[in-house]
Amino acid sequence: MHAGIIFLLVIVGSVLFHIFTPWYWTDIASNWQGMDDTITLTFWVGGGVFVAVCLFMVYCVFRYSYKEGRKAEYKPEDKKLEKILTWATTLGVAALLAPGLIIWNQYVNVPKNAIEVDVMAWQWGWQYRLPGEDGKLGTTKVTNINDENPFGINVDDPFGRDDILVQSDFINLENNKPVKILLRSVDVLHNWYVPQFRSKMDAVPGIVTYYWFEPNKVGEYEVLCAEYCGVGHYAMRGGVEVQSTEDYSKWLSEQETFQDLIAKQEKLEFENKKLVKNNNLILNKDIYKKEE
Amino acid sequence: MSDEYENKSGYQAQSSETMTGTGSGVSPDMDYVRPAENPEQDLYHAHSFIEKWVFCQDAKVIGVQYFLTAVFTGVVGLILSWLMRLQLGFPGLAGFITAEHYYQFVTMHGMIMVVYFLTALFLGGFGNYLIPLMVGARDMVFPYVNMLSFWMFFVAVAVLMASFFVPGGPTGAGWTLYPPQTILEGTPGHGWGILLMLISLSLFVIGFTMGGLNYMITILQARTRGMTLMRMPLTVWGIFTATVLAMLAFPALLVSSIMMTLDKLLGTSFFMPTILKAGEVLEYGGGSPILFQHLFWFFGHPEVYIVALPAFGIVSDLISVHARKNIFGYRMMVWAIVGIGALSFFVWAHHMYVSGMNPWFGFFFASTTLIIAVPTAMKVYNWILTLWRGNIRINTVMLWCLGFIVTFVNGGITGIFLGNVSVDVPLSDTYFVVAHFHMVMGIAPLMVIMGAIYHWFPLVAGKMLDEKLGKWHFWTTFLGAYSIYFPMHYLGFIGVPRRYYEMYDSPYMTSGVGLNEFISTAAFIVGAAQLILVFNIVKTMKTGKKAEKNPWKANSLEWYTSTVPPEHGNFGERLPVVHRWPYDYNVPGAEEDYLPQTAAPSEVAHTEVEKT
Repeated sequence: MHAGIIFLLVIVGSVLFHIFTPWYWTDIASNWQGMDDTITLTFWVGGGVFVAVCLFMVYCVFRYSYKEGRKAEYKPEDKKLEKILTWATTLGVAALLAPGLIIWNQYVNVPKNAIEVDVMAWQWGWQYRLPGEDGKLGTTKVTNINDENPFGINVDDPFGRDDILVQSDFINLENNKPVKILLRSVDVLHNWYVPQFRSKMDAVPGIVTYYWFEPNKVGEYEVLCAEYCGVGHYAMRGGVEVQSTEDYSKWLSEQETFQDLIAKQEKLEFENKKLVKNNNLILNKDIYKKEE
Repeated sequence: MSDEYENKSGYQAQSSETMTGTGSGVSPDMDYVRPAENPEQDLYHAHSFIEKWVFCQDAKVIGVQYFLTAVFTGVVGLILSWLMRLQLGFPGLAGFITAEHYYQFVTMHGMIMVVYFLTALFLGGFGNYLIPLMVGARDMVFPYVNMLSFWMFFVAVAVLMASFFVPGGPTGAGWTLYPPQTILEGTPGHGWGILLMLISLSLFVIGFTMGGLNYMITILQARTRGMTLMRMPLTVWGIFTATVLAMLAFPALLVSSIMMTLDKLLGTSFFMPTILKAGEVLEYGGGSPILFQHLFWFFGHPEVYIVALPAFGIVSDLISVHARKNIFGYRMMVWAIVGIGALSFFVWAHHMYVSGMNPWFGFFFASTTLIIAVPTAMKVYNWILTLWRGNIRINTVMLWCLGFIVTFVNGGITGIFLGNVSVDVPLSDTYFVVAHFHMVMGIAPLMVIMGAIYHWFPLVAGKMLDEKLGKWHFWTTFLGAYSIYFPMHYLGFIGVPRRYYEMYDSPYMTSGVGLNEFISTAAFIVGAAQLILVFNIVKTMKTGKKAEKNPWKANSLEWYTSTVPPEHGNFGERLPVVHRWPYDYNVPGAEEDYLPQTAAPSEVAHTEVEKT
């Protein structure tokens, strides 16, 4: 009999573990409460089926353990029972699928007022780009990327000039404003994932992928890469800070635009040239002196 | 035998097959079985030690060869998992495990366990041993090709193992081998390692195709007289359907392996877009990394069922034999196996919900994935309904079956989480996924393998394994494995991503440290507990009880061979003739609690048989 008891303890233990677990999801910080709710629903329905099936099994183990001479029932089929079970299962599955699809529909349809954020990934790091005053991101190309143009923005694209560049793996977001994350990668697959936001999507080299969420809790969160990207995968972390509108505006105004970057670089280049010229002059003078 | 055919009219031959045999009088006609359509095959008998044990053409020996080679790879996979758990549970304790090593362990563990261990063990091992015996054939239809199949597999394993010793070590690209990282610097083993992996996989597919054709054609063409398709044991149905899946799915793997080899060696761009690496644009362009994922999972998802369907079949047979009761809803079970097999080709992209493919695919693949839950659930119901009102022997074999039901239902339910597209979004790429697939396609099939070992060991070796050791083996393995994977789901809820060499001090990870230590400790114990089986086998071979013929009182043909263990040719002079399905246990009116498949209706005319 003890086999049945141990199986029973495993079932009871599983349920107790689920009730008292200290390990459960992080506090949600985005609009995707619906995902959590569907998980909870699936837990109730699925967990119920698991417990019911296992308890029935344990009952059979107790009740129908081998006894010499006992006749087992001989009943190859029971069409009615099989039909009932099929339909009940189909209904249960449909009940779980429906909310899943409804939320997926929300997930793939981005609200019109969402702010686009270009998340650029590489082995192994992140950087971000926000639209400037025109509200539009400039187009980019992997082959454009170089030291002067770290985001590979098409220089001819007028929308790109005022883009705000965040050359850091840490970005700020505005609370209660939907964000459309546009993912691109310059080398391999990556995935910009914040557990508290619940949402994620792979960044794929060659295409731009997207997802959206609306942060709704001020705070700092860790960004993890959620798609294996080589030996530095585990270290590919970043950060995100959700701020109130005022703090966010302040932060935003301090950021550099593509225009600023070009200007800075031109200035730098100009100064470099001047420096080179001066050096040459000095050098020339020296030569003259020697010749004299 | 063919004279008989001329004496009978076609009409009688037809009617005798659907005859119910409810015993309304004894007549010789009721025992009539349609004669064989094909003549018996000539067997090639071995002439030397090498022909008998090395390049052998007997499916039973080939089965054992497959089994032992697969188990060898499984042991390698187990050791790799120990090393991973050492790093995850106790980071930094083993200083020699660098991040490169860790990812190589992850990759090799995954590929070995799925392809070289489980697939080869179920189809190559159990398939070879059981198919001819269970359908009443003397051997596979193409014994020579069957022998080649094993040696191809052996070479594939050798090439795979060689990759541990090449410069740069084995590939560390993850078992899914997603490009572009797989063949780029930044991934361990991006040179020799990945090439050997791709070559080994290609060899495996070629060898496996040879074996698969054998299994299919043997089942379709070499069944003995009276063995209709709907009288086959579910083990054979499971292996047959899995083989059909393998024949259709493995080509996708072969093609993607070849394409990736070309990308690596010749600089083609099947899967490679424009890539910037260390400030330089590489000479690739225009390829699609997602195309590889489609090809891979078009193979990869059916692959799950290539492992699961034989397990479903075998466990059905074990439960029925040891519950002393007919399998409940046999026809439903057969159609569920076939239906799951067919549906498994329409669900592959549920591995890719967050891959960046067109998100509208999500609706289709979530629906197909959850539809597959219905036939799967029906199978579970039928297993427990088989136990209901049975006369259940609680022996080691049955314990493994019960362990299978618990772990399979658990893993099946978490599959509904992950298949349901938007629920998958927060959980994908976390430890929830790791826990789910280990429970459902690692532990559950392993339970069946173990049950099958204890069940068929008397047939293969002629001796009974020790029950007491068997029970210790079961409980440590079952309880240990369950305490590894059940709590692991909750790491996934926290959001811990998979394939992380080290979590550092991520805020949500600090609480999981203790859990990780516990899981690792359990993993060490479960792995070590497998030595109990090794000890059991050694002890049994030395001093074990000799097995009587048909020790479990089973009905299927493998227990009715001329000798135990069966010799080459299996059935002595005459092939058995089959009169019924293999699940006639406790038939009302029968003297014994079982009726062998060979029992003719006239011998048991007084029984109330409902299905033949």
